Amino acid sequence: MRLPKLAQFIIIVGVIYGLLKTPGIFLGKPIPESLIFMYMVLIVATVLLVMTSTDESTEELFRPIRALVEDPKKAFVRNIVFAVTPLIAGYIAYGLASRGGEPPAELRSIHPAPPSRMSAYGRPYDIATLENPLRRTEKEDAELFRSYVAEGAEIYFKNCFFCHGDKLDGRGHYAHGLSPRPLPFKGKDTIAQLSESYVFWRVVKGGPGLPAEGGPANSSMPAWEGKLTEEEVWKVILFLYDFTGNRPREWAREK
Amino acid sequence: MRKHIPGLLRVFALLLVILACSQTFLPSAFAGEGAGSSVISGEAAPAGAESSAPRLTKDDYPASSVVRPRVAVWMAAQMHLWFAAFVLAVPIFVVIIEAIGIVKKDERYDRMAYEFIRVSMTAYTLTAVTGVLFTVVLFAFYPHLMKYLLSIFKPTVFLYFLFFILENAALILYFRLWKRLKTGAGKIAHLCIGIALNLAGTAIMFVANAWVTFMMSPAGVDIKGAFQGDIWAAVHNNLWNPMNLHRFIANIAYGGSIVGSYAAYRFLSSTTEEEKAHYDWMGYTANLVSIGALLPLPFAGYWLTAEIYAYSQQMGITLMGGVFAWLFIIQAVIIGALFLAANYYLWCGLSRSEGGRRYTPYIKYIAFMVAVSFIVWFTPHTLILKPWEASALGGQYHPYLGPLGLMPAKNTAVNIMLLFTFLSFLFYRRANRVAVVSWAPYGKAAQAAIFSAAILNIVFLGVYYGYFANTVYKVASSVPQVATTLFAIIACLVIEFFIYRGAKEAGVYRWGRMPERSQYAIFLITVSFTWLMGLMGYVRAAIRQHWHVFSVMRDASADAFTPTIGYAANVVSVGTIIFMALVVFIFWLSGRKGADFGE
Repeated sequence: MRLPKLAQFIIIVGVIYGLLKTPGIFLGKPIPESLIFMYMVLIVATVLLVMTSTDESTEELFRPIRALVEDPKKAFVRNIVFAVTPLIAGYIAYGLASRGGEPPAELRSIHPAPPSRMSAYGRPYDIATLENPLRRTEKEDAELFRSYVAEGAEIYFKNCFFCHGDKLDGRGHYAHGLSPRPLPFKGKDTIAQLSESYVFWRVVKGGPGLPAEGGPANSSMPAWEGKLTEEEVWKVILFLYDFTGNRPREWAREK
Repeated sequence: MRKHIPGLLRVFALLLVILACSQTFLPSAFAGEGAGSSVISGEAAPAGAESSAPRLTKDDYPASSVVRPRVAVWMAAQMHLWFAAFVLAVPIFVVIIEAIGIVKKDERYDRMAYEFIRVSMTAYTLTAVTGVLFTVVLFAFYPHLMKYLLSIFKPTVFLYFLFFILENAALILYFRLWKRLKTGAGKIAHLCIGIALNLAGTAIMFVANAWVTFMMSPAGVDIKGAFQGDIWAAVHNNLWNPMNLHRFIANIAYGGSIVGSYAAYRFLSSTTEEEKAHYDWMGYTANLVSIGALLPLPFAGYWLTAEIYAYSQQMGITLMGGVFAWLFIIQAVIIGALFLAANYYLWCGLSRSEGGRRYTPYIKYIAFMVAVSFIVWFTPHTLILKPWEASALGGQYHPYLGPLGLMPAKNTAVNIMLLFTFLSFLFYRRANRVAVVSWAPYGKAAQAAIFSAAILNIVFLGVYYGYFANTVYKVASSVPQVATTLFAIIACLVIEFFIYRGAKEAGVYRWGRMPERSQYAIFLITVSFTWLMGLMGYVRAAIRQHWHVFSVMRDASADAFTPTIGYAANVVSVGTIIFMALVVFIFWLSGRKGADFGE
């Protein structure tokens, strides 16, 4: 038996909505409501477009609705629908309004743009051209490079792992007390996207050094300029990339 | 007399622009030439720094209690740019259509081209009027910036006026001689006038692009903004050519969409079958040109963005990873809507022919692929989270959706979206044809193989180079992805041409047999383009942040801050509504007395 178009429409939209809710219900990793809203607008629009692409299909889709409104034989059903629909709308509106003091969703720039130049350790840096001075040892002197990475690891576990975690996954001891959470370095979507000069700027200047653009700044990262030397920062950066198996971003033009 | 009013208005507009640019206008900013004049607010001029960019203070900007200076300049600039795009875009479209008409010897093309150059005449007048308005508010509220730019670009301003006069002369000749030069060598001469009109119009855009791109990637000046004397260096700055190419291609796409909207407007108000058929055909042809021009646009966009990154990492990250990244999500949604609308129009077009029914079952599969691509296309990397969601996810990234937020996923999705939109077009094209060549099944198999291989290659390039290779290849891999898409489209079209050469018709093909709802898809395409131009134009200009001329001349006005995304989107949206209302007014004005070719 072939389902009526309107029933198909309701089932498709309902099933997709259910699927979008699945990661949150079964895996504890919800797809944010803001994103589900965007997805559902698209799904509803697409299904409507497909179902109205021919006159016959359009007619079949809207026939039950038209009949509900116009057919005298459906007066009883019509009255029920007209009574229940506002009640459902009211219930949804009440549900949304009664949530009370929930803070609004946050819009935040994860990768704020770095300044072109900065001053640290008593001298200016051009971030656009800045490179990790220890990186060349990776090719020139492998043993020395390994020792830098090992020193970087030691510095990391003395200073950074409390928040960024012993697996560099952003789940350190203090991470749960911070909002936003510290960034994980594992995966392909954080430091793998960034040049070492960018990471250097974020470590050295921390949250207080974030630009006004995109503000107010929202980062609990301390400025390490007064606590670590320049060389120590570069060593930690070597360790971050080495441990996670990532490569720092390079600029094609310079290659 | 009435017919001379648009011409007189344009002459008046030109005079006003010349007046505005002459140094007698707004004397407060231009008084006192010579050493030290570029240093404002009583600061002593350092020796040898007489031509460096001025260092301004808040007092150097005229205040207004009536309007916010930035919003006034923003709105005037946006209106002028939209109309400028209209009048640059439509003549390109018109000349292409006239040329097709000559080659095909089909009167319908000539009629359509004429009808639309007629519509453009009113738009030219409005372009000039908004241009004057833009110039006036710019000089009124930012006199020192204008003085600095003029000190470098003065020769190009005269070039601008020269092209302006040439364009107007060519336009008047092109329009007035249309019916006199209808055949033979006269028609070719007329086409040449049209080409001259487009060359002058494009040259105007290139000159203006030099000023705009100089403000983003200044060249030919030293670190303090002092002009070094080589005007070509200032014109030929890093972003000039990418911007020229991007705007040129986008103009063709935009011109097609405007013509499409006009056709849809006239289709919906048609009272006879003949009129409906004509405007249905016009809308289809216009859309074909528009979507065709849209295909290579990502190439130009990548080039422009790559050059922005290459010029300044700071501007690049501000653009795509910083505060403006959210506007790119809006951009993604609008472009997705544009693709859906284009597909929908083609799906509805299957009803024009009896044979179209054979392909309607495939619509749902194409829609599925377009929707999946669209979902990837607009999934953000950094999510908008409620506190409980952030707590459950343990950060701002989603563990499963996070990779979809990166550019390789977006590039893959948009290429697949392009290919499936092309598939809609292919089905539409063959809807009413029955191939007669014996090897047709093999040809179709070859098309299917090319199409499948292209998708596999696009996915491989996106996944491997996007996530498992050095980041230096990540952006670069987008070029072979687009190249794969274009190759697949061209190869399939060539095979299609030979398969259906001499094909039989499956049934009666009737222009005008289109549901009215399909025409709203065309409107949606035009509105999407307009909105996109406003939003992305704002982003492009705003990544300079607190600089008039990036890294050279600071903006010290009270408006030297980046407005919130919501505010910016509202300004652009209000502008879009006003512009579209004016476009509808132009359509109404043009159709009022009938735009019949024979009148």
